[in-house]
Amino acid sequence: MKIFKLALLALLAVASPAFADDFADAVRGLNADGYSDKIAAAEALATLGDGRAALVLDALADGRLYAAPDGALLIEQAGAFTDAVTRAAASGAEATAITVNNRLRGVARGAAGRLALFSPDPSLRKRAAEAVLAQPNPESAETIRTALAREADAEVRQVMTLALATLDLAAAEPERRKAAIVALKGSSNPQVRGQLQRLLEIEAEPQVKAAAEKALADINVRLTLVDMGANIFQGLSLGSVLLLAAIGLAVTFGVMGVINMAHGEMIMLGSYTAFVVQEGFRAFLPPDYIGLYLPVAVPVAFVVTFAIGVVLERTVIRFLYGRPLETMLATWGISLMLQQAVRSIFGASNREVANPAWMTGGIDLAGGFTLTYNRVVIIGFCLAVLGALAALLRWSSFGLHMRAVTQNRPMAAAMGIPTDRIDAATFGLGSGIAGMAGVALSQIGNVSPNLGQTYIVDSFMVVVFGGVGSLWGTLVGALSLGLVNKVLEPYAGAMLGKILVLVVVILFIQKRPRGLFALKGRSVDS
Amino acid sequence: MTSLRAFGAGLLAAAFLLPFTANAAEDTIKIGVLHSLSGTMAISETTLKDTVLMMVDDINKKGGLLGKKVEAVVVDPASNWPLFAEKARELLEKDKVAAVFGCWTSVSRKSVLPVFEQLDGLLFYPVQYEGEESSRNVFYTGAAPNQQAIPAVDYLMSKDGGEVKRWVLAGTDYVYPRTTNKILEAYLKSKGVKPEDIMINYTPFGHSDWQTIVADIKKFGSAGKKTAVVSTINGDANVPFYKELANQGIKADQIPVVAFSVGEEELAGIDTKNLVGHLAAWNYFESVKAPENDAFIKQWQTFTKNPKRVTNDPMEATYIGFKMWTQAVQQAGTTDVDAVRQAMYGQKVKNLTGGVAVMNTNHHLSKPVLIGEIQANGQFQTVWRTKDVIRADAWSPYIPESAKLKADWTYPWVCGNCAEPKFKM
Repeated sequence: MKIFKLALLALLAVASPAFADDFADAVRGLNADGYSDKIAAAEALATLGDGRAALVLDALADGRLYAAPDGALLIEQAGAFTDAVTRAAASGAEATAITVNNRLRGVARGAAGRLALFSPDPSLRKRAAEAVLAQPNPESAETIRTALAREADAEVRQVMTLALATLDLAAAEPERRKAAIVALKGSSNPQVRGQLQRLLEIEAEPQVKAAAEKALADINVRLTLVDMGANIFQGLSLGSVLLLAAIGLAVTFGVMGVINMAHGEMIMLGSYTAFVVQEGFRAFLPPDYIGLYLPVAVPVAFVVTFAIGVVLERTVIRFLYGRPLETMLATWGISLMLQQAVRSIFGASNREVANPAWMTGGIDLAGGFTLTYNRVVIIGFCLAVLGALAALLRWSSFGLHMRAVTQNRPMAAAMGIPTDRIDAATFGLGSGIAGMAGVALSQIGNVSPNLGQTYIVDSFMVVVFGGVGSLWGTLVGALSLGLVNKVLEPYAGAMLGKILVLVVVILFIQKRPRGLFALKGRSVDS
Repeated sequence: MTSLRAFGAGLLAAAFLLPFTANAAEDTIKIGVLHSLSGTMAISETTLKDTVLMMVDDINKKGGLLGKKVEAVVVDPASNWPLFAEKARELLEKDKVAAVFGCWTSVSRKSVLPVFEQLDGLLFYPVQYEGEESSRNVFYTGAAPNQQAIPAVDYLMSKDGGEVKRWVLAGTDYVYPRTTNKILEAYLKSKGVKPEDIMINYTPFGHSDWQTIVADIKKFGSAGKKTAVVSTINGDANVPFYKELANQGIKADQIPVVAFSVGEEELAGIDTKNLVGHLAAWNYFESVKAPENDAFIKQWQTFTKNPKRVTNDPMEATYIGFKMWTQAVQQAGTTDVDAVRQAMYGQKVKNLTGGVAVMNTNHHLSKPVLIGEIQANGQFQTVWRTKDVIRADAWSPYIPESAKLKADWTYPWVCGNCAEPKFKM
């Protein structure tokens, strides 16, 4: 009853001046010196039942609560300041942020969450109920019950029922505990599993214990399935990263036969292009457009690395065709020079390439598995690049010339194909693709001068494993290596997993030296 | 081809000529700077090279040391561990430097250790490390585990830290994380933490695909007990790790991550908005307000001509080490290694964050410990600090084999790893 009254008051409070003083006092308390005083103030604010408290507590938890020099507290929202008590606009020029630590943040978020259970926005209510589910606190039981009674939205009701059931697991009466277990049986939330496990440790009632064991077994089966799904997604995602890094090499090494040790540096240059484009956006365009820098960086990186690739081919590599050892040494030297050049221009430290907002975060699927946006985007991008390359090789006249030159150079020359130009363009194409990959990889890893080295070994591994000269092989090779790695990792650990994959590849190459998809033809042996 | 060859010859010639440019007149004191300027560690170590150069510049402006100019001989061991030993030998034998400031990773320190001991040189090592060492020829100015790892865990177990009951010890696979985690595991168990509440995970250097591990941490943390991650993940691998944490929605008030190798410099490469509240334990934060610190930051930004350059803990350790060495040289009146070593004991330098650092006879410092939370601007906000300085243990009392050992380089012990004094009283 009390809570219901509080909730009503919360709705009325904005209009009621009688509470203004209590509220103002409690808010001012947040500007205390010590964290324990601040926590006490936040708790006091929460029990006041004032509707404005949720806003203040949210701002506090997010570090958006400021203190003006005159002692008034201000809430910052997208650069604009409003007074926390009067909601009037205020100047935040001299204000300093109120410091928060994790404990205070947790208290504020929990309190704001409980207040949000009565918010008019169903998504906020759902989030609040989820917060209670994640950290069940006996104090919230009454609040949730009241909220559930007034809740109309089916989805929110479901979460609230679950949250209530987890709270009931601690009930004194065995029947209530059992009812709670039955209600939780259909859940696939790892939090619920944890709570059931803890219940099992202390439960004395055999009937309840049996029910809990059964529910736990059910949940475990579902969570194992979720785990397998998650594993496959992670494997595909790792595979797509390997594939992106290797496609360019599949062209330069696979098609042209150039052992290009500077391939990794092309990726690195692509990442730095993304960085430069991002800085350009920050400097010259309004902040709203910053999310677009990535789509712009992709073609820019292609052009930049394509040009560098062509220059390299014309100045160094074309003199070394047919001499793999010398090519290897020369390209390795080039890779060192490119690294040092980047280090001199941009510095040795990592550069920050931010994820645009649309690539940050993820969707929470069942069972605590999060489908992260950046991985999804990269899988899509990688397949698009591969598809475009395959189409280019298959259907364009450049692709035809390229295949002709790689299969039989003298014959192609005799047919009037300008082999020199084709060589340069092919090498440029491989480099350009590596540059585009660099833009994508800047989203998941570091942008540093050494970036290329982390990918070069993996790239060669994929191309050799998949079959030199076969795009299809590169695709299958990358995805299967990614999957094998991720399936092994939970059991063997990241370190041993990697070693095992290498051993598997070595053994495989012993058996099939040409990789998964060997090219058949006369040119292969020459 | 000829042009390439000529280019190579030019490079070779340049490499041979380089040491001669460092040749100097008689009235200088030479010191060595042994930090990687290329390769994977260049990211972190270049900063320390610049710090030493700044300190040298500063002391020369003030009239030098013992009436002589100080001259820094900079070499590049290129993140290549055996090359560290070679360059150290070159500095000591050929350049005859009075002291060397250098090394970052423990493996590079282990690689130069025999050289310094054989040629009786002096090395100032400025990075937090795993302890379990005390050489007569090395002064360790970074934190030992009891000045970083143990206080951090204590903080997380306290009410303010969230009363953590379940622990993930995640690290890069090499000697520092493995030893630190061994100490932490023993410490946690001594505090009553059950083995099933500790998860240990190692990853290779530069690990970039954190999906599985972060998902595992999330799973481990869903058991209903407050969970925290203690991270000894080193170098670049941190960036994708924190990105993945943010993307999978792990917030600091649910599962906080406390890191021992992530400082202001490392955060410069990350968008910290999603990391607010994650923690780090150090002996220094740039954000601490103190007159010494303000002056140091200003000096650094002027020296590097970059008003945005950040400072970090190993820089403070370099600063303290360099200052202590100059004080010891002045006290001894000579740069002779034995005299300077004797003068080092008890040498005091003001910390940049307040209080006074003291060099102990175990060749380690007494320093304060600070715990900070990451802020949206890439800085740390101190949420806890020790009331007093903490004396470094060279040997951890939580590892049974080490608990017996003691490091004390004064009479009657005169030993870095002995169970009994060398001389009987």
